[in-house]
Amino acid sequence: MSEQVGSPPISLEALRNGDRKEFARLVDAYSTPIYRLALKILGDPQDAEDVLQETFIKALSALPTFEGRSSLSTWLYRIAVNEALMLLRRRKPETLLTDNDGDEDEGGESESAYLIDWCCLPEEELLSDEAQRFLDKAIAQLPENLRLVFWLRDVEGLSIKETAETLGLSETNVKTRLLRARLKLREILSEYYGERVEVRSRQNAA
Amino acid sequence: MPPKKCRALLSQLSDYVDGTLDPRLCKALERHLRTCPNCRVVLNTLQKTIDLYRTVGENENMPAEVRERLFRRLDLTEFLKS
Repeated sequence: MSEQVGSPPISLEALRNGDRKEFARLVDAYSTPIYRLALKILGDPQDAEDVLQETFIKALSALPTFEGRSSLSTWLYRIAVNEALMLLRRRKPETLLTDNDGDEDEGGESESAYLIDWCCLPEEELLSDEAQRFLDKAIAQLPENLRLVFWLRDVEGLSIKETAETLGLSETNVKTRLLRARLKLREILSEYYGERVEVRSRQNAA
Repeated sequence: MPPKKCRALLSQLSDYVDGTLDPRLCKALERHLRTCPNCRVVLNTLQKTIDLYRTVGENENMPAEVRERLFRRLDLTEFLKS
């Protein structure tokens, strides 16, 4: 995942023994994905930085008692998610992590706009600055419980099992949420990129 | 798309994309995909959606000064240059 290719794996033994250099390696291996994750949950760079710092402070003090039942990465992500959600509750007490899986927005997914194949658009259009801002907005529209699963699994590349452990969910639950998140995002993106495809074909016909 | 059949297959697409769909279901799904252009569009754009987010996510770096402040907070400044 985040550990650099070619460098030796991080030694849990050394970490438990208080090896500072090893801890610095751990920080470098995981700070970027943890910062990104916190930013996705909180949407604010300062809040994300607070979570990042808290995560490693907590990890440092908990390391001597870390039993290694889960991987280091899962353990760190779990601390970060908890910190971020706690901060979110404090900032916006009205947001509660709902237990439902977004069943309420069943439907959709049959409109013709969602059936335009926009994969053929050139990369520079798919990833233009405007498109990237749209991607950000689209993922922010997902309910938090779907967004987190999608982010951990599809962007950070955790396995279904690791995602489940990080979020304290069953694997089945992760799969259900992942499917919903992916379909929902595909739907939102299809409207946006579908329009681009139509603009292009109008231009080509003219 | 003919709603019923395609809708039922929708739930398999996620596993299919991950390569974890049961081989028998996989074959049936591939058979269906050969004859259903709509489902092919859903599959392609679903895969592309994931790819786009992965690409954008991987390029999102942490600002250098955030790393610096983190190292300072953790009393790790001696390892900052690495």
